[in-house]
Amino acid sequence: MNSAPTIRTPTTLHPENTAALVDIISEARATSTRLEIIGGGTTRTFGDAVTADAVLDLSRLSGIDFYEPEELVIKVRAGTSVAEIRDVLAAKNQHLAFEPPDYAAFFGNPAATGSIGGIIASNFAGPRRIQAGAPRDAILGVEGVNGRGEAFKGGGRTVKNVTGYDIPKLMTGSFGVLAALSSVTLKVLPAPPCEVTLLLSGLTDVEAIELLSDILGTPADLSAAAHWGGPLSGSLLTALRLEGISESVIARKAELENRLRKVSDVRTIAAEESRAFWRGVRDLSAFSAEPAACVWRLMLPGTKAAQVVADLGGEAIYDWGGSQVFLRSEPGATAKHALTIRSRVDEAGGNACLLRAPAALRRQIGTFQPRTEALTALRERVRRMFDPSAILNPGKIVSLGGS
Amino acid sequence: MKMPEIDRSVLERRGAIAKRLRRIVGHQWVLDSVAERRPYECDGLTAYSASPLLVVLPESTEQIQLVLQYCNEQHLKVVPRGSGTSLSGGALPLEDAILLVTARMNKILEVDARNRVARVQPGVQNVRVTEAVKHLGLCYMPDPSSQAISTVGGNAAENSGGIHCLKYGVTSNHITGMEAVLLNGDIVHLGGGFVGAADGEFDLTGAVIGSEGLLAVITEISVRLVPQPLTVRVLSLGFRSVDAASKCVGAIIGGGIIPAGLEFMDRKVIDAVSSMRGESRHPDVEAILLCELDGTSAEVDTRVGQVEAIAKEIGLAELQISSTEEERTRIWDLRKSAFGAMGKIAKDIYVTDGTIPRGKLPEMLKRIETLSKECGLAYANCFHAGDGNLHPMILFDTAKPGDTEKAEAFGADILKLCVDLGGVLTGEHGVGVEKRDLMGHQFTEVDLAQQQRFKCAFDPEGLLNPGKMFPTPCRCAEFGRMHIRNGQMRFPDIPRF
Repeated sequence: MNSAPTIRTPTTLHPENTAALVDIISEARATSTRLEIIGGGTTRTFGDAVTADAVLDLSRLSGIDFYEPEELVIKVRAGTSVAEIRDVLAAKNQHLAFEPPDYAAFFGNPAATGSIGGIIASNFAGPRRIQAGAPRDAILGVEGVNGRGEAFKGGGRTVKNVTGYDIPKLMTGSFGVLAALSSVTLKVLPAPPCEVTLLLSGLTDVEAIELLSDILGTPADLSAAAHWGGPLSGSLLTALRLEGISESVIARKAELENRLRKVSDVRTIAAEESRAFWRGVRDLSAFSAEPAACVWRLMLPGTKAAQVVADLGGEAIYDWGGSQVFLRSEPGATAKHALTIRSRVDEAGGNACLLRAPAALRRQIGTFQPRTEALTALRERVRRMFDPSAILNPGKIVSLGGS
Repeated sequence: MKMPEIDRSVLERRGAIAKRLRRIVGHQWVLDSVAERRPYECDGLTAYSASPLLVVLPESTEQIQLVLQYCNEQHLKVVPRGSGTSLSGGALPLEDAILLVTARMNKILEVDARNRVARVQPGVQNVRVTEAVKHLGLCYMPDPSSQAISTVGGNAAENSGGIHCLKYGVTSNHITGMEAVLLNGDIVHLGGGFVGAADGEFDLTGAVIGSEGLLAVITEISVRLVPQPLTVRVLSLGFRSVDAASKCVGAIIGGGIIPAGLEFMDRKVIDAVSSMRGESRHPDVEAILLCELDGTSAEVDTRVGQVEAIAKEIGLAELQISSTEEERTRIWDLRKSAFGAMGKIAKDIYVTDGTIPRGKLPEMLKRIETLSKECGLAYANCFHAGDGNLHPMILFDTAKPGDTEKAEAFGADILKLCVDLGGVLTGEHGVGVEKRDLMGHQFTEVDLAQQQRFKCAFDPEGLLNPGKMFPTPCRCAEFGRMHIRNGQMRFPDIPRF
């Protein structure tokens, strides 16, 4: 199409505004230059291997365009750090309700600072997902540049909006293969002033998940429901979080305690101790100390989680009442078990994603659950409609062509 | 309203097409006579109508797959329809398109209380889901006002709202997965049957929801069930000015309170309802806010006290607070009878559906007043104040020459104003044919072209619900030429890589 690249790879490009982003991607298109898109770099090692000629670093597309607490909305540039957003919202007693995780340490990049664009692109949510949804539920609008080098927008800034396709939702979990996001508009919510966590020990996985399912079906309104277990685990622990105004938390806690006491001893932690505990769950701290271990993320109906984990073996953290399970696996055994894991989770109606593993292993068995031929073909067509030359994050989702 | 040109040759083949489709769905489930087709001529947007080529009523995913494959081969257009309650013409038939009606696919396939989801066919009426799970202490939260009639499939296609969206979100926040059939007959499963199932890579579930029947035919839906709130109370707050009511909305939300519902009515609506119900209102009340709070009783009682204090601080002319379910229902009747009451004082009503940032309400209302004076038509306002979704009712008389056009122009001006104030053309009714030609006011050509290309990934021939949502038809093949031209001509000489 055009002359050969004139700058030797790997080059890192740092656009500071949308116009520069448009220029870069337009040229990349014209010169068939493949770009790896990064924000804070926290989850760079997540996903399939990207084959790129240059790195497109969006971290300088940073800053808050507007934040209107009474309107419950914030618009930020994609490279803005989640930590900064958290602080700005906290000053007005608000928060991102989906509890964006910070996987920097988990992925072995402790110095990295997660960007909001990265969270949206990977659709990662924390323990509060069961109550408050995921990035897909918080996103109201996006602006970005597609693989044709065109700046576009989708959605808006209001919760009620059905004007045109829900392009913002499409961008959540798109892992940069559709567009480089330049800004996102998010719904924010009042942060609960009070929280308390009830801890139970000694329940088996089956008992714990059944209990959590019981309670999630009641108006106790849990904002988190997790369990540590798996056949190899030494310490079985089950945790339930209540959040809200103190009157509400006190009333629900009393009721819940009565119920749980019949099952096991109940220990209570509150305030900062509780917050720190759930930060650990959110950020998968339990796995950070052991960077060599592989970790699968299983998403499946909670009621089937305990049986699937028992069949597979391995230390497990059940979050979301069992719908999201992090399963530890020895690197040596991971490849051998990959097919079993994927088919067991598929049978259960869910999907398994290899969240953390050495690059060679990820290349060998792929990160994401293989999908049906029809769905894979549809995804590929969607990708081509945004990025016809497959220059954005090629390979990140290996089942898409152009890897 | 310009609709796609009718292919007359298709009309001539009506009999042959009916014969073929009857082999798929059964003889009596293809309606071809003029009389049988007549009830399907329009949806909730009654200003527009057209007689469909044929009405086809399949009963299974497999039948839909075969029907779509046949339509694809024959290059026949397809308009999907649930109960036909769309207020934007989303299910408006085309004379040369078959109308694919999901009414027979009305089974609740599975209630999975342990995982808090239900799997339903698209033709199940919204309200039936909650009825089916009530005994488990669960409910399906999205509650568009059409819920007694409208279907879950139609709600998904339109991403319907309702009065509880501020706290609980819209339809797309309550769907965990779906099965859908593409025009080429491919059956795809998106998301799954548990909370979080749509969270992985590529959220096509979210993108098909609200796609107004332009991308795929939804054949199964997994919806999220939530525990019924234990206690629900409502406050009726009567203010002396629209500004005071508006300020109260900001103060409640700014104070960290997210009501389950927060509804605004202006003086004209209040008067119409009061007169219909033979009630008298405090003469100073210019606007009423209904604020519903739900949760545990301790929480609700605390919140009721907080909202009352906030409202009193701003200044109230009138206050009612429900302590019983009966009182709550009575207070809500005011809002629920609003449209009926307006119907009694006006010949015709045209309801629009823009959304604005909440804080722009006073400015919006002033500017609507100006527009009303300019065009000589009266209006009244109901407003989902919590989420900024405005439903101005324009009063007109179809019998009066020129009134319909004036009402439509007034409505269009209101929607453009919504966009100008930072909002959007439609909050919950959809674009359909009604707002199709206004899309250029909210989106650039690039934005619209991107959305139309997205459709091409699902329906490259543009056979599914054509003439809706976009002001110009999509020709997928043209995009290929366009991008090459752009790619070659922009920045050919700038070296960077």
